[in-house]
Amino acid sequence: MIRRVKADLLTCLQGFRQTVFRSVGCGILACVPVQGMAHSLTPEKAPVQHWSFNGPLGHYDLAAVQRGYAVFAGVCAACHSLGAVHFSDLAAAGLSSEQVMALAATWKVPTGPGEPGQSTQRKGQPEDAFPAPYASPDAARAANNGAVPPDLSRVAIVYPGGPDRILALLTGYGAADPQDKPGIHANGFYNPYAIGHRTAMPPPLRDNAVVYADGTAATAAQEARDVTTFLAWVSSPHADSKRRLGVGVALYLCFLAILLVILKRRIWSHVAK
Amino acid sequence: MSDTVLEQQQGKVVQQAEAGIATRLATHMARFPMPRDLTFLWTVGAMLIAVLALMVASGLSLALSYTPNATLAFSSVEALERRAPSGWLLRSLHMTGASFFMLALYCHLLRGLIYRSYAPPRRGVWGVGVAVLVMVMVTAFAGYVLPWGQMSYWGADVAGKAVGAVPLVGPTLEAMFLGGDAPGTPTLHRMFVLHFTMAFTLVAAVVLHVAVLHGRGSSSPSGLSGQNPKRLLSFHPYFTVKDVLGVVLMALAFTLVMCFWPGLVSEAENYRPANPLHTPADIEPAWYFLPFYGMLQVVPSKFGGLVVSAGAVLVLFLVPRLDPKSHAATSPWWVSRFVAGAALSVLVLSFILVGLAGRHHVAGVWLTVGRLATLGFFAYFFGFLPWHARQARPEAQL
Repeated sequence: MIRRVKADLLTCLQGFRQTVFRSVGCGILACVPVQGMAHSLTPEKAPVQHWSFNGPLGHYDLAAVQRGYAVFAGVCAACHSLGAVHFSDLAAAGLSSEQVMALAATWKVPTGPGEPGQSTQRKGQPEDAFPAPYASPDAARAANNGAVPPDLSRVAIVYPGGPDRILALLTGYGAADPQDKPGIHANGFYNPYAIGHRTAMPPPLRDNAVVYADGTAATAAQEARDVTTFLAWVSSPHADSKRRLGVGVALYLCFLAILLVILKRRIWSHVAK
Repeated sequence: MSDTVLEQQQGKVVQQAEAGIATRLATHMARFPMPRDLTFLWTVGAMLIAVLALMVASGLSLALSYTPNATLAFSSVEALERRAPSGWLLRSLHMTGASFFMLALYCHLLRGLIYRSYAPPRRGVWGVGVAVLVMVMVTAFAGYVLPWGQMSYWGADVAGKAVGAVPLVGPTLEAMFLGGDAPGTPTLHRMFVLHFTMAFTLVAAVVLHVAVLHGRGSSSPSGLSGQNPKRLLSFHPYFTVKDVLGVVLMALAFTLVMCFWPGLVSEAENYRPANPLHTPADIEPAWYFLPFYGMLQVVPSKFGGLVVSAGAVLVLFLVPRLDPKSHAATSPWWVSRFVAGAALSVLVLSFILVGLAGRHHVAGVWLTVGRLATLGFFAYFFGFLPWHARQARPEAQL
């Protein structure tokens, strides 16, 4: 008993000493700009990936987008909303209207406030938006240790680092936290790609978290790639149409410009400078 | 019975008169004499008219699905972009159009400075043109607030505080602009109405700009010798084909940016909905306002920054007074060739550098760069132009 109390006290003291040292150290570091400390907590640069949708002439791999939807629905949607997207929007990812109907019906959407204390739900319709997992930001905060899981509608655009960093973050868990010292319990999970190397999101993906309809093996790495592709598509679903339009219009305008150059030279041919 | 015949006859007369006006206008436009030595810099005006037409057309279509309400604006834009028929196309046309309009406007303005298009007898053309520039800037700012993303909200917040720095009337102006203590639904209503009405006011101002130009005749790169009546060509077909070619080349660049490099003209942070509780780390306006944003920050006093920043645009109104000599007055060759070139290079470089400083939050070395660049910018107008005017040979002055 005494030994245990002693041990506890020692741990406490150790922790206290470390905290003191750290705060003093931080104070000194704040006075003298030392790169090391600040650098160690900036998110690491995500490895550059070769996405099919990269570059001016890229295009989305719609099979990966559809698999990524399965990961989103099975894993991410437990905490994250996709508020700006409607079920019918997924038709542009290659789903038929029957498939969209069936997909929407797998979701429960709130029908609005019913009796006091009761909320009623119905099956989703294609024109419904993806339902939010929490009724309010406060509910989300209460359920997630004080953090609100961000909406994912435009995440690949607004998240600094884009799809590369999303993939890196999803697969960046597992390493031992170099700052994890006994007696100090920081909130969240160690992830070198997160701000401050800490994220409130628990490691989301594991092997066989979902079953792919097309028979692809659902390894964690595959799931991460697919869901990142899905999020990139959801963030700018019309990028492919835009690129296709661009190729046609640019070719047309080039042709027109050549004709106009010829016409201009003919009209101006007899004008003395 | 005879009354109706009379009415019919009167109607015919009116119709003929109207057709007469239209025909006369068309003939005037087609036969309008233009200097033959105009370079492709003179087609930028035609590009601007084309982009303005595109902006009005796409803007009217966008307004059909937009809701100017702080809780609904962002989602109405999302719904428009994701689900309205060709909504994504309309919005990207409008977003790319804004950047291209400002870029072309800066080119047009620079051409005016290079070739002294503000010299008599075209001071009116220049004055109307600068008024158009001011109106375009107001319109562009109001339009940027409308999607109600993070940059929209915090841009309105910064602009409100800048206006609030005016002595005496500042707080009243700020309250009038925001319609409350912070940006919100009243701000959106104001910006929407302003953006919508300014578009048509702009069209009228551009018509006025062109009308005044047609009264005075076009300037030319070679000054008076280019404007010799014997060396003029009719607008059609010589300049119609040239302008159409210019517009097509611009449309090609427009298409490439809009379809393949849309990141050049969009701000990622503005795809986050406005959040009054979360200030973004970098509040940054659209690229075309960066130089003025930089000038706002390099001056230590808030009001001083506003004066310098607004002064950078308003000083353009003074250009015909600062450099009043006509094209007939000649300068020593080394002045017109080397000194003027160097001064213009300093002006352009300063404008770009102060914009970069604005982007880097005017801290550290960028503060010094921003201050020097601001001095460089104003040195052109208050140093070079008056000096240049004094270099004119008196015997050549008209």
